[in-house]
Amino acid sequence: MSAVTMIDYGIGNLLSVERAFRHLGADFKVAETAADIRMADKLVLPGVGAFSSCIGTLEAQGLCDAVKEAAEQEKPLLGICVGMQMLFDTSEEFGVHQGLGLLKGRVKAIPAVSAEGQSHKIPHIGWTSLILPEGRKNWEQSLLRDVPVNAEVYFVHSYTAYPVDSGDRLADAEYDGCLLSAMVNRGNVYGIQFHPEKSGTIGLKILDNFVKL
Amino acid sequence: MWMAGYPPGNRDWSMSSNIRLIARLDIKGANLIKAVNLEGIRVIGDPNEHAKRYYAQGADELIYMDMVASLYGRNNLHDIVKATSDNIFIPITVGGGVRSVQDAEALLLAGADKVAVNTEATKNPGLITDIAQRFGAQCMVLSIEAKEVSPKKWCVYVDCGRENTGLDVLEWAKEGADRGAGEILLTSIDREGTRQGYDLELTRLVSDSVPVPVIASGGFGKPEDIRDAVKEGHADAVAVADALHYKRTTLPEIRQSVQTLGVSVRTVL
Repeated sequence: MSAVTMIDYGIGNLLSVERAFRHLGADFKVAETAADIRMADKLVLPGVGAFSSCIGTLEAQGLCDAVKEAAEQEKPLLGICVGMQMLFDTSEEFGVHQGLGLLKGRVKAIPAVSAEGQSHKIPHIGWTSLILPEGRKNWEQSLLRDVPVNAEVYFVHSYTAYPVDSGDRLADAEYDGCLLSAMVNRGNVYGIQFHPEKSGTIGLKILDNFVKL
Repeated sequence: MWMAGYPPGNRDWSMSSNIRLIARLDIKGANLIKAVNLEGIRVIGDPNEHAKRYYAQGADELIYMDMVASLYGRNNLHDIVKATSDNIFIPITVGGGVRSVQDAEALLLAGADKVAVNTEATKNPGLITDIAQRFGAQCMVLSIEAKEVSPKKWCVYVDCGRENTGLDVLEWAKEGADRGAGEILLTSIDREGTRQGYDLELTRLVSDSVPVPVIASGGFGKPEDIRDAVKEGHADAVAVADALHYKRTTLPEIRQSVQTLGVSVRTVL
């Protein structure tokens, strides 16, 4: 089992992600420099708060290229929350910002009204079911291996990713009729919009699947 | 490219969002306590024991509130939060005595996912924005302790329900959301510990006026109270405290009952 290395670029609270991986018995490391990232086998890119401050800080610390390199070298890379959003081309949160471009698509605000036209609460906070995106038959051979369809996980976000390639969508969720991108995957690149480290046993199962990749 | 926001076809989207069932633990010193109308404190026991039980029972979240921190200007919660968050993998909101971005950071480093701010925010509303900008709005919970001072008029109280700020609850809730609070924890001082049900008028007034989720707190007596808080009060989440602490009921019982009453809650696997 290879080590899990979390990228600590000075944004937000990374402790709960670390605790979850340690609880799972993972060989857990933290990367603070491009050199640390280059030595890693398997990377976790967390992120909370505004997209621009996350990607800006990652860039300012000179880590963007190292993350892209790791992805190109086919090392497993898992983005969580804003970490997932950063995998995409662009985000429209507080202006248009470039992401890492490892997945094709944009990050946009969750519509402020439901499918029925009712205004609803933003951020979307709560336990919401993971559903199979159209065209996907099951979650075998994925990070959701052994997770039942409709299992509920904890979300807190105001923005959601819109992948260009529908094949990148591993799991969706819906909030008052608004379709959300819950998990994405393309090759060795994985993204989780919700918080697996705060989603009880289901979340731990997903992280364990990443540990065991 | 898939449709922005809305699904294309003919799926059934009628199911409403899950309401969060939150176990609230009020703390004094090292102890879990129960307060009636935020006064008359009784010691119940070790908060961690209870927190573990609620996690095992499938609580959607936990709230820790240090009831006297702002009164005595100290903060005892760090050790409790640290011990809890090592083995509990659901969101934990911690409040009581948060006076600065540094206080918030210390609680986050101890293992909190969100911080709740009450007293200091009323004195220095800029703190709401500072915390939201530093850690994200999802992290900044505005805690409002409301008391009905005259019919249909609620004022914001601080320092454990002892002092009336004179602020109107509705105005304050809107201002808090404008300033960056990602969630509002709305406690009815009148209902706290009474088992008479949540204050539905108060909850609805606030919930319908702010764009962010509102947690109704204070007054749980029976599952119907949760249904009413959701259907009539438009609460996005409900907090339950002493009914759990004194084992009058359990979270699985509540979950099952409210489901039967037509409230969507998550299915704990």
